[in-house]
Amino acid sequence: MYKIESKEVSLYYGDHLALKNISLQMKANTVTALIGPSGCGKSTYLRLLNRMNDLIENVKIEGTVLIDNKDIYARGIKIDDLRKKVGMVFQKPNPFPKTIFENVAYGLRVNGISNKSYIEERVIRSLQNSALWEEVKDKLNKSAFELSGGQQQRLCIARALAIEPSIILMDEPASALDPISTAKIEELIYELKDKYTIVIVTHNMQQAARVSDRTAFFYIGELIEYNDTKEIFTNPQNQRTQNYITGRFG
Amino acid sequence: MKKIFSRLLNHLITVLLYISGSITSLIVILIVFFLFSEGIGLFGKKPTEDGFIMAVNKSNTVNHLNAEQIKLLFDGEITNWSEFGGKNDSIILFRMDNITDYFTEEQIGENFENLPACISKVVDSIPGIVAFVGKHYIDKNFAGKELQVDKITVGDFMFGKLWFPTAHPVAVFGALPLLLGTFWVSIFAILFALPLGLATAIYIAEVAHPTVRNILKPVIELLAGIPSVVYGFFGLVVVVPFIQNAFNLPVGETAFAGSIILGIMALPTIITISEDAIRTTPRSMKEASLALGANHWQTIFRVILPYSSSGITAGAILGIGRAIGETMAVLMVTGNAAVIPHTLLAPVRTIPATIAAELGEASQGGLHYQSLFILGCVLFIITMIVNLAVEFISRRNRRVAS
Ligand SMILES: Nc1ncnc2c1ncn2[C@@H]1O[C@H](COP(=O)(O)OP(=O)(O)O)[C@@H](O)[C@H]1O
Ligand SMILES: [Mg+2]
Repeated sequence: MYKIESKEVSLYYGDHLALKNISLQMKANTVTALIGPSGCGKSTYLRLLNRMNDLIENVKIEGTVLIDNKDIYARGIKIDDLRKKVGMVFQKPNPFPKTIFENVAYGLRVNGISNKSYIEERVIRSLQNSALWEEVKDKLNKSAFELSGGQQQRLCIARALAIEPSIILMDEPASALDPISTAKIEELIYELKDKYTIVIVTHNMQQAARVSDRTAFFYIGELIEYNDTKEIFTNPQNQRTQNYITGRFG
Repeated sequence: MKKIFSRLLNHLITVLLYISGSITSLIVILIVFFLFSEGIGLFGKKPTEDGFIMAVNKSNTVNHLNAEQIKLLFDGEITNWSEFGGKNDSIILFRMDNITDYFTEEQIGENFENLPACISKVVDSIPGIVAFVGKHYIDKNFAGKELQVDKITVGDFMFGKLWFPTAHPVAVFGALPLLLGTFWVSIFAILFALPLGLATAIYIAEVAHPTVRNILKPVIELLAGIPSVVYGFFGLVVVVPFIQNAFNLPVGETAFAGSIILGIMALPTIITISEDAIRTTPRSMKEASLALGANHWQTIFRVILPYSSSGITAGAILGIGRAIGETMAVLMVTGNAAVIPHTLLAPVRTIPATIAAELGEASQGGLHYQSLFILGCVLFIITMIVNLAVEFISRRNRRVAS
């Protein structure tokens, strides 16, 4: 039984075929890294899993995507509910122009939760789980923009954790951050694995090797190789995978 | 060679920009200076006609009155000196025409040679009298005393409740009705236009299909270019009769009609600026909200509107700015009564409408003429405050965004 499963999924932006027949399975409580040269469709695949691509005009999707064995593109699926289950962290930190507290509470509030003490408890827990609590506990009512880039990104992770999703999608979450912040995020991913299924896009090979259990290599819209991370990095089966991880292109 | 040429061109453009910038600023300053210099003479002058004085009985303890009080006195609105802080005597008006009520023609004399003495006698014999007479009939032996007329002050002008710039014997310049008229019409225009404009902006920016948006946007921008007379005409033909019937009023030309027309005229400004502000909300902000399970409307109300609130405010204020300065359309539909409005369904008159309606009949350099220029200054100050507010808000916006 897989947590996430895509079966022969293709995606078109207008006429442009961005994903070709992708079949991929991910188990619960694993970290899967999506790697590949830029423009190969990693973000597109990630956004397929919480239906973020629906926002873009002229997108056509073929095949099926199952989460917890349910087709998320089936008729009658409520997108809001899907997105509550599948949290997302973006490439650039994108906190709301609100206080630190309200940023984390946002997901709860839009889901109709108004119990003050419950919200407070969830906000604190989420900030603790995203390793930000110690740094912000004295300034929860300050604007989120006062935080550093790395702190903002952990705030965005806390924001995603607050609504208790079971899957977290991360699109190059550390690419805009300094090495120390990056290390903190990686550590965090490692800890979150116990509770969440994580899919992370990264262009950083070392990062993929450090944090992930499984790695998928994409190349111009195709899934070239998908295997245990250790296998991919020590014993790639495909020549193009080998070229990419050894830095010969990309 | 080419380099030198382009350098020269750059220099030339800089100089031209500099010159045109300073000339424009200079002209603006000159205009303001002109307004003030034309109008400032109003203050410190007496609002009575030259050559006339007001005389009262020697025993009268009231020594001076301002224009508004004199107006009320001559209109018979105030009938007892005690209301002016004097003795409890009822006020008796005396004009030159009344002289025959007191004296025969023989007593006055064939050539009015006894007139000064007659006037003196009347004023002396009736304690409550106030006589409005020509100065040349008052001689050294006059038994009464002259009632002083207060000079026009800034306070009288700004807070005076009566606007009768052409009244006899005193003109009254109290701009409060006009200020309030402007204020009422503008406030209700914005109360009506802001929700409507904002809703339209949200619809265009976030909800409408791109084809609908592409049709709607140019149409709305076109609305801004329609001359205000056309709006006024529309108001006169459609809105005014509607209000008259709907509220069963004697006349439909009311503050309410003005508000509706001004609101409609402010709509394009509000819609265009708000829509631009809404569109500047970064895509990542919207996606973050949606990714947390918020639906489209929650995203609009909790993220997009707060993010674009200062742009929306700027749009609303600029809309008000247009409403405050608007002349023609308001002139046509508000009924032009310079009285303090107590309800929205009463006729009012705004500052610009007053200037437009009265400047033609005011003799140049006279008090009436000057008072209209002061009104212009007031209008200028109000719009300046409005524009500074916009500047302040958009500057704050820039700081938040960066
Ligand atoms: N909104 C879009 N509209 C049209 N084409 C897009 C859009 N987003 C991405 N693409 C195209 O799809 C391909 C995959 O993009 P993406 O998934 O962002 O790649 P990656 O994240 O691997 O760099 C690219 O060729 C890109 O140009
Ligand atoms: Mg990408």
